[in-house]
Amino acid sequence: MKIPQKRVHKFLRHGKKFPHVWCPGCSNGIVLGAIIRAVDELGYEKDDMAMVSGIGCSSRMPVYVDFNTLHTLHGRALAYATGVKMVKPEMNVCVVTGDGDSTAIGGNHLIHAARRNIDLTVIVINNNIYGMTGGQYSPTTPTGDFATTTPYGNIDPVFDICKLAEGAGATFVARTTAYHVVEAQSIIKQAFEHKGFSIVEIVSACPVIYGKLNKKGDAPAMMRDMKERAIPVKAFEKLTPEQVGNKYSRGILVNIKKPEYTAEYTKLMDSLQPQKGDK
Amino acid sequence: MAKKSKKNIVLMQGNEAIARGAIAAGVNFFAGYPITPSTEVAEILSIELPKNGGKFIQMEDEIASISAIIGGSLAGAKVMTATSGPGFSLMQEGIGYAKITETPCVVVNVMRGGPSTGLPTKPSQSDIMQTRWGSHGDSPAIVLYPNSVLESYELSIRAVNLAEKYRTCVILLSDEVLGHMREAIEIPEIDESKIIKRIKPNTPPEWYKHYPENPKYISPVASIGEGYRFHVTGLTHDSFGFPTNRADEAEIMNDRLKKKITHHLDDLIQVEDYMMDDAKIAVFAAGITSRAAKEAVRNSRAKRHKVGMFRPLTIWPFPEQMIRDKFKDVKAVIVPELAEGQLLGELKRVLRKTNIKFYPIQKTNGELITPDDISEAIKEVRK
Repeated sequence: MKIPQKRVHKFLRHGKKFPHVWCPGCSNGIVLGAIIRAVDELGYEKDDMAMVSGIGCSSRMPVYVDFNTLHTLHGRALAYATGVKMVKPEMNVCVVTGDGDSTAIGGNHLIHAARRNIDLTVIVINNNIYGMTGGQYSPTTPTGDFATTTPYGNIDPVFDICKLAEGAGATFVARTTAYHVVEAQSIIKQAFEHKGFSIVEIVSACPVIYGKLNKKGDAPAMMRDMKERAIPVKAFEKLTPEQVGNKYSRGILVNIKKPEYTAEYTKLMDSLQPQKGDK
Repeated sequence: MAKKSKKNIVLMQGNEAIARGAIAAGVNFFAGYPITPSTEVAEILSIELPKNGGKFIQMEDEIASISAIIGGSLAGAKVMTATSGPGFSLMQEGIGYAKITETPCVVVNVMRGGPSTGLPTKPSQSDIMQTRWGSHGDSPAIVLYPNSVLESYELSIRAVNLAEKYRTCVILLSDEVLGHMREAIEIPEIDESKIIKRIKPNTPPEWYKHYPENPKYISPVASIGEGYRFHVTGLTHDSFGFPTNRADEAEIMNDRLKKKITHHLDDLIQVEDYMMDDAKIAVFAAGITSRAAKEAVRNSRAKRHKVGMFRPLTIWPFPEQMIRDKFKDVKAVIVPELAEGQLLGELKRVLRKTNIKFYPIQKTNGELITPDDISEAIKEVRK
């Protein structure tokens, strides 16, 4: 094993902030592991890393990592991160958020951060539910599913987070699952390296609340579900509509180059400096 | 830098003065959203900041604007946003976040008529209480309110300085008339030594505490990306910044938020006392209304009537002790305001143990209170 435990510990507030708040079987720890292994592989300095989050289960992540960490208001992580990145463009700014945090209360900030193509790396941990408040339905709770606020089944259609980000102008969009942890680590690494707005949706398991309310079984059962339903994007594209059913694609969905926002602002500032010979 | 002999007199609008003051104070990041009647502050800073090494961004709404400046401030910038009525309401959660995380920032609120969308192009003074109590939870406030273009410039600098010094969100009030009126002002020369810069910590990172344990002292503060890797949260936190549920630690934090204001009242409070020494009748007014009040007092004094004016430049913390001292011989106080008794209520609370009679003049129809309105009230009171 290339990454022994202690190497990961270097990136954690180990011994101080653990044990964490997450429930047994929660995927958040897997995602945390994938993020810090990606950072380790990239050789980023901890001092140059900022992790910004909003409110929710996933947003509790920053307290555990030994980066510059910012736990902000519900839905607003991207706006705070935009301020950090504008002032310190040289920093690697990572936003960890959930489905409710990023697409409901924070939907406006998500589409506009994507539109600007500001160089933020956004990890959306999609567990299809508001876990922190005890299991209310989110914009990604599947239609027909149960939550504490959909006692008769959910009639809301769902957001496709990746399509939403792509439509808003994100230049790097990917989806993977907590089961495909090696792929997750590799995609997160590429997302960090991408100059521009990158977003990685990680389908995750909330067995204690969402799983229980919807009879999805225990954590391993929910992981098996990810294994079966998440199809590599190339293979997914070849599926007929009948074959698609409840399957979804995984892998890098968008990877294009466009001018990055803070770089463009620096150019604008440079253009305003008095030229040589000007009075 | 202009020579001292050559007067640097310019015709300037109140909102422009706020923007110019921000630049003079070293503001280098502004995030905002268009709203009448504050938009000129953003427009001018969008021109000036990138020329002066600063950055401007127009965000998607006011919530994003306050969030972006707090992020920018934590990353080490001096920051400001400007808004009005509805936008100010939207910013309240962020203002609370800036206060609990002790992050310096300035929010300019150019007051317009309310409630709701109200009278966007008319002046008002009805956000006085919102600046103090608008955000949920107890969160002591520093709020300044000028009454001229020159003072808009000066208090803009002071607002930035106080935000940096006390590590909090300072609110700079203005109103539609003050923001849009133009006056010839002589721009004061900037004394660099009066521009407050954050004190940087020199402790090893592992000893660094983001929040001071003694509320009397303003502690050194690190920015994101300087090697200190601290944690910031809107949850109640310990002195390192990590969340806590412990009653003793919660008490320490809330105590500090309160005491860093109450221990520095002398530094925070500014008032104007005009002919108050022998006054039997006082006019208590702030902002644009105090211009009319002063005119009325001047006219009364010409008739040898013992009338004075008391004006808070610092609205919060409310200048309680100064008012009690200055109003010892006052028999009646006229309180003109473009609101339904917001200043009046506070003044009544402060003077509750006196026999002073209160005479409110309140307008919320978008029109200003005139010197004649106040002179008329003085006449009534003298009867």
